[in-house]
Amino acid sequence: MLIKVFRFYYEGFRGMTWGKKLWRIILLKLFIMFAILRIFFFPDLLKRDFKSDEERADYILEQITNP
Amino acid sequence: MLESIDMSLVDWSRGQFALTAMFHWIFVPLTLGLSFIVAYMHTIYVRTGDEEWKRITKFWMKLFGINFAIGIATGIILEFEFGTNWSNYSWFVGDIFGAPLAIEGILAFFLESTFVAVMFFGWNKVSKRFHLTASWLTAIGASLSAVWILVANAWMQYPVGTTFNPVTARNEMTNFWDVLFSDVAVNKFLHTIMSSFLLASIFVIAVSAWFLLRKREVLFAKRSTVVAAVFGLFAAMATIFTGDASARLVAKKQPMKFAAMEALYEGQTHAPLVAIGAMVTDTTRLPNPRQNFIFKLEIPNALSYMVWLTPSGFIPGITDMVYGNNEHGLISYEDKIDRGAVAIQTLKELKSAKDRGDQTTYSALKEKFSDPVWLDQYYQYFGYGYYKGRQLKELIPNVKLNFYSFHIMVILGIHFIILTFIVLWLSLLNRWGKRKWLLWVALITLPMPWIASQAGWVLAELGRQPWVVYELMPTLSAVTRLKPGAVQLTFWIFLVTFTILFIAEIRIMITQIKKGPGGK
Repeated sequence: MLIKVFRFYYEGFRGMTWGKKLWRIILLKLFIMFAILRIFFFPDLLKRDFKSDEERADYILEQITNP
Repeated sequence: MLESIDMSLVDWSRGQFALTAMFHWIFVPLTLGLSFIVAYMHTIYVRTGDEEWKRITKFWMKLFGINFAIGIATGIILEFEFGTNWSNYSWFVGDIFGAPLAIEGILAFFLESTFVAVMFFGWNKVSKRFHLTASWLTAIGASLSAVWILVANAWMQYPVGTTFNPVTARNEMTNFWDVLFSDVAVNKFLHTIMSSFLLASIFVIAVSAWFLLRKREVLFAKRSTVVAAVFGLFAAMATIFTGDASARLVAKKQPMKFAAMEALYEGQTHAPLVAIGAMVTDTTRLPNPRQNFIFKLEIPNALSYMVWLTPSGFIPGITDMVYGNNEHGLISYEDKIDRGAVAIQTLKELKSAKDRGDQTTYSALKEKFSDPVWLDQYYQYFGYGYYKGRQLKELIPNVKLNFYSFHIMVILGIHFIILTFIVLWLSLLNRWGKRKWLLWVALITLPMPWIASQAGWVLAELGRQPWVVYELMPTLSAVTRLKPGAVQLTFWIFLVTFTILFIAEIRIMITQIKKGPGGK
């Protein structure tokens, strides 16, 4: 069954006549998004800077109740 | 409060998010609508066995595929921005936003990615019925995944089914069904889906008109047009009905947005609806600045009737809400600001009591956040508290932008109804394509549903300003305190990347359209 599914996808991708350029664009886009933007420009700040939810809650409470 | 925040940070963060969301929304409505049109065409092919319908299905499926591929994952950038640029907001909304987005992600991944592949690669490889099922499941999956993000957005417009936990600083879901089936969420989903069907229908009609103008693939173009016109007319009517219901909801739940989209400053009964108008900024009257009409065409009583189904219904104006109106039970923004400031101060004292280990004070203050009377008197105005010492005009959305967005959307919507009706009527008489100027009108209409759709979102999001979560969290407290320069940098990176992607999509689309359905 798994081999059948794999072949289905494999032959599908191989047989693409108009989609190769599209795939190049998709892969480039995903690379830019996940390997560059996500890592270098868009860290999850609360996850990165605090160890526990309690610390995060304290930080946010500080932020939303103080200038 | 928050007077020290750099407003350019707020503006750049909003600009960055708006850019990403608007770019994402170029692809989404076409995916949502075209998937159903393709599934319907595919059904006709399977039922009739007519090879021409197979060509038609494959051609539109190809254009659907290009749009799907270029647009895929552009929405994920929005999630990056939540974590980096809007971390206060992300934490504050808690599982209200997280749960729907997680469901969306799973649904989108399993339904769409699985069945899209079967839809594209399944020709002559799987049974016709299974193949057709995949086409329908792709369409249904796309709409289902849209449900969740729209539910999350509806909650931001109208926060229900949740309570605020002052210890964790998060909103917690108390009733999933209230969140899922709130009036705003249901209407938002229907209006968005129907307008997306309409957008895709206009796309098919316009591209088919191009073939007819060039006298190429006439049978293909006429058949495509009939399917799109049926979908389009139905969707246009449904969009108007759901839009009307949406306006009624906005009038009752977000009266400031409603007043802004009609540029109504003084509340009144027998309020007229401005059909078209133009305005200039007046800085001599309160609230300052104020927008004055230099020209307008009104429909008498229509606004009151639209909201209350009676011409004597009162529609509050911007000044009624800013300065209060005792007769109609509207409290002033000054009063709301004072109450909101009490709520913020209470939360601050609660945190301080916790830090000091003062259990008695802590318990007493925590109790307030579950007292319905206190919540009603103070917490519901929490967001207004941030405007203590700031200018009242910051609480008024951009009237000009809201007015023009709303009216552009409505005027284009009327154009789409008339166009789809004429196209369907002439198609049924087998006379569509005989008048060249009508084909040109259809072709020129091509970008208009995108303009209408984007205008709708501009109204929904800018009309809600300054709120991110309505009346609870303003944009200035939702934003992460980053350096404005860092946000600017990513704004320009996105602008360049998105422009390149957009040009790539247009070029690939045009190339494929020029090639035509082929395979004869």
